[in-house]
Amino acid sequence: MITAERKPFDEIYAMTEGHDEVLVAGCDTCVAICLTGGEKEAEILASEISIKAKSEGRELKVEHTAAIRQCEWEYLDMIADKVGEFPLVLSMGCGIGIQSMAEKFSPKLVMPAVNTNMLGMPQEHAVWLERCAACGECVIGETAGICPVVRCSKSLMNGPCGGSHAGLCEVVGPDQEETECAWALIWERLKAQGREDLMFANRPPKDWSKSSSGGPRKMVREEAKPI
Amino acid sequence: MADDADRTKLTVDALSAVATAVEVLPTNEGFEPEIIVFACHYCAYAAADLAGSMRLQYPTNIRMIKLPCTGKLEVIHLLKALEAGADGVYAAGCLEGQCHYLEGNLWARKRMGHVKTLLEEVGMDPRRVEMFNMSSAMGPLFAQTARDFTERIRNLGPNPVRPRDGFEPAEVVRAQMGDAALPEAPPDDDTPAVTPVTVEEGSKR
Repeated sequence: MITAERKPFDEIYAMTEGHDEVLVAGCDTCVAICLTGGEKEAEILASEISIKAKSEGRELKVEHTAAIRQCEWEYLDMIADKVGEFPLVLSMGCGIGIQSMAEKFSPKLVMPAVNTNMLGMPQEHAVWLERCAACGECVIGETAGICPVVRCSKSLMNGPCGGSHAGLCEVVGPDQEETECAWALIWERLKAQGREDLMFANRPPKDWSKSSSGGPRKMVREEAKPI
Repeated sequence: MADDADRTKLTVDALSAVATAVEVLPTNEGFEPEIIVFACHYCAYAAADLAGSMRLQYPTNIRMIKLPCTGKLEVIHLLKALEAGADGVYAAGCLEGQCHYLEGNLWARKRMGHVKTLLEEVGMDPRRVEMFNMSSAMGPLFAQTARDFTERIRNLGPNPVRPRDGFEPAEVVRAQMGDAALPEAPPDDDTPAVTPVTVEEGSKR
């Protein structure tokens, strides 16, 4: 699913400058599951903003709402009346939700209260790991169900590189945590599957035009389009 | 001489400016904190009862909200209490390792820590919220905690978002919590709060 992290409070509060009415809009799908921007978190952010404003003696009306899914027009219709009451909306949806809101309610000011960061899976409760880069051409059938695009620090298609040691990558994450070498994981699982030969196959350079390098992507399902 | 007069005038002016400044600063004198206590039904609430039975004195500043477990406490409840003007908020749950629901009090402590972080973000003193643990037999500790926390908040001064007059933060929080907060007293009708369970002899439980 899509994961996001809330922006630092000061950055969000600065967005409210010059306004006296603010709506915090959560999204009850992906960002609610990753405990960042659901209705619950929207209410918490609204309360924080309200406390800050009151402590500064500032008159600021802050309310919150949440769409079941900010990225679909129908669900935005359901919160349209509420949104209409406020000149500024702080959206806690992912980048898709925020843009959908901005488009649906244009030219209303819709500002992002979160940073959308990855397509991740909950490894355990409250821990998410990146698992997909939405690159447009999936190769994990050949790599034992482990994505080299997103799990190899260098996105190598023919790994491992010389920086793999004892199953760990030479690249250390910003949180100083050690990263598993994706190609070591691939090798181990290919062995378990009895498909080691795939490790020695030469994979040609990846066609990145199918990823975001090819411009904004569009998907149409003709068979499903309304008549 | 003229210089001396000017100097005297300057000093008087300066002093009166200082006096004015002091006047507008929030003062703790005569300040009676409004404190909300989230008390677990199984321990702190019973400890408060015991403190009452023991005729122990504790400040009248605290307003209790009874919870089935402090694990029921959400981040928003604590924020709403402060937003509504409460000067301090604390939760009192069972001793660690003795939660009736196993880990509710540990979750409450974690959430309290998170609220402290949020308060730092918005520039409010995180000491306005706290988590305490006590058993139902600790009436004296309940009274002491109430006294100590009231003193702490008295020293911190009024909540900067406190409305000037006419506010009932406990009522705001109660409304916010809905059914999560237990009623103060059992219902007026004859229905017992807990249905007695009869176990027949020889039956398996």
